[in-house]
Amino acid sequence: MTFLTVVYALLFYVATGVLLFGLGYKIRLYWKTPQPLKIPTTPAPVTTGGVVLRMLKEVTVFASLFKGNKWTWLFGWTFHAALLVVLLRHLRYFQEPVWEWVRLIQPFGKYAAFAMLGGLVGLWARRFLVDRVRYISAPSDHLMLALLLGIGISGASMTFVAHADIVSLKAFFLGLMRFDWQPLPADPLLLIHLLLVATLMIVFPFSKLLHAPGVFFSPTRNQVDNPRERRHIAPWAEELERKERQQAAAG
Amino acid sequence: MAEFDIPELKEYPIVPHIKPGAMEHSKPFVAKPEFQEPLGYPGELVDNWQQVAIEKLGELKGKYRSLQVFLDACVKCGACTDKCHYYLGTADPKNMPVARQDLLRKVYRRYYTFAGKYFPKLVGAVDLTREVLDDWYAYYHQCSQCRRCSVYCPYGIDTAEISMAAREIMDSIGLGQKYCNEIIGKVFKIGNNLGLPEPALADTLEGLEEEVYEDTGVKVRYPLDEEGAEILLVTPSADFFAEPHVDGLIGYGKVFHEAGVSWTLSSYASEAANFGMFIGSYENMRRVALRIREAAIKLGVKRIVFGECGHAWRVAYSFLNTLAGPFDFLDPNYPVPQHICEFTYDLIQQGRLKFDKSENDHMVLTFHDSCNVARASRMGNFPGGQFVIPREIIKATCNHFYDMDDWGIKEATFCCGGGGGLLTDDLMEIRIKGALPRMEALKDVVENYGVTHMAAICAICKSQFTKVLPYYGFTMDQIVSVHQLVSNAIILTRGKDEPGDEADTAEAA
Repeated sequence: MTFLTVVYALLFYVATGVLLFGLGYKIRLYWKTPQPLKIPTTPAPVTTGGVVLRMLKEVTVFASLFKGNKWTWLFGWTFHAALLVVLLRHLRYFQEPVWEWVRLIQPFGKYAAFAMLGGLVGLWARRFLVDRVRYISAPSDHLMLALLLGIGISGASMTFVAHADIVSLKAFFLGLMRFDWQPLPADPLLLIHLLLVATLMIVFPFSKLLHAPGVFFSPTRNQVDNPRERRHIAPWAEELERKERQQAAAG
Repeated sequence: MAEFDIPELKEYPIVPHIKPGAMEHSKPFVAKPEFQEPLGYPGELVDNWQQVAIEKLGELKGKYRSLQVFLDACVKCGACTDKCHYYLGTADPKNMPVARQDLLRKVYRRYYTFAGKYFPKLVGAVDLTREVLDDWYAYYHQCSQCRRCSVYCPYGIDTAEISMAAREIMDSIGLGQKYCNEIIGKVFKIGNNLGLPEPALADTLEGLEEEVYEDTGVKVRYPLDEEGAEILLVTPSADFFAEPHVDGLIGYGKVFHEAGVSWTLSSYASEAANFGMFIGSYENMRRVALRIREAAIKLGVKRIVFGECGHAWRVAYSFLNTLAGPFDFLDPNYPVPQHICEFTYDLIQQGRLKFDKSENDHMVLTFHDSCNVARASRMGNFPGGQFVIPREIIKATCNHFYDMDDWGIKEATFCCGGGGGLLTDDLMEIRIKGALPRMEALKDVVENYGVTHMAAICAICKSQFTKVLPYYGFTMDQIVSVHQLVSNAIILTRGKDEPGDEADTAEAA
């Protein structure tokens, strides 16, 4: 067992833990925080089914962003859609035997990397070229794009330029999952790729990547427009009313 | 006319390049202690204001999921940056919705996030300093809480929620805005924003009855505090005397007359507006809303109908049931509350109102969707009813109607520039500049369709346009109430003792 293998094995356990617990904490926080008032952006659906449909449109075709800005939508949607395909393609490194559909998307997954990189470059270009977007960009906004580009470039390089020992890599990850560690191939590109991915996993719950769970909890998008039909009230507001009634009764 | 340049009207809104600091000087008058204390806030800026403000932010993000999620989720994509009328009118980058949110977000990050605590420069987190507080006071009073940015945000982040929270934080450290807080105090003390006491109201309404009788020969009633009436009408107090608001109130009365229902206004709840929403205070908003519940119980009405007012309709439609419900003592056959436009529209659908549209032939109309009606509430029983119903009323009462371009109506509508607690003379510059996109949309239909008048269903919009239209080369009387159009065109049924003209008398005989 090399030192490198131990470091990367521990790194991925830590990264996975931070990602899961960090996200779990945030999701729990969003879940537990009440929304005292009905604030869907209208015209809003009047049924729960309608809300599900609205949310699906938001997370699959980025409906609001499409209305908002066509360039950002083009680059943003391309990046996210390509990232999804790329991620699904990567499932093959974590399973044995590999599911049939994962095999089928393999060629698409390989070339989706270019779409992903193109989207990222477009998004980053906006941060320099559009004065309004330049004004609102913090260093972390640039770094996040750099991180994702780094992951994409190092990954695509292994697919199209210098192949890594993917069989050993798979053994390494399957080993991690089964707590039966296997050696990690010491390929520089692979090590960079994995380091950046682990960084992204660790940064996720502390960064703007929280938009991923956040969108599902956004009251302007997930509320049913029915305030006249059903009384909506937060627990703390009920408490407020209860105290008032007690005071009125006492006074 | 003014100490600043009035923006030039283009064919459609052009997105300007940023001019940092362009509106830094725009700040409303600060509330004196006498306006702060009745609302439960400290009279002056407290000594440990930083600590109190940070704690208040912590409290609010625990009470409002919207705030917690919106502070976390923004990715700075920039989709909102060209959507705010105040940015389009001033080019001040802090009037871009995301930058406005960031004024609070960077403080949230500094005190409540790991990244902001340990790597503040990296994520743009800052300490809450006096400079930051000054920015809050300036720029959270340059947001009309119109929610236009929220429509285009991929996560639905609503700057209105952020600016409401910021105003609540500022109030709680003793830095309130005079305009809003003085007005809320008047509601608590007297019953309406304008401070009109019961005798003045009674007098005004009596005057209206006389005026309508002189005009039409029909005894249309404008009752006040009549117990046992079927409907309680709650309307913005501007409707009692301001132009063109009062012409709308006259219209409501005529519609009720034709519907043959008894109705009343209340001197106790003589205000539909609820500025508690503007300052983001659940408690104050609730106190104002409860007056309506109390009035409804005391007068023994069966239904509540709201007059033409944008944010009031948001509070009424979206929040009233929450704040002051349940309304199980009212007639369950009708929604609680109803909008006067819903009421009139229903009668039109049933064929119970007759109009002489030619009475409005001297006007070519367009319709201004008020932001709180368009994006924060609804009318009717289908999504988008708030767009259809007022337009159908206009079409039923007028021969000439043309919509403005799609980029400035319905959910994309531009604010009048005076909403959200900004309708005060000490904010005239931002009000005028913020009206720019609406004025551009209006100019387009004026030139292409010969539009002469713009109808609206919001007291603030009407007051704001009356004031700013002249700055852009229009005249103040080009803004009208929707129920003013109804009032002009409606054919009233005459009672036996009402003479009317000869033909009617002959028919009656």
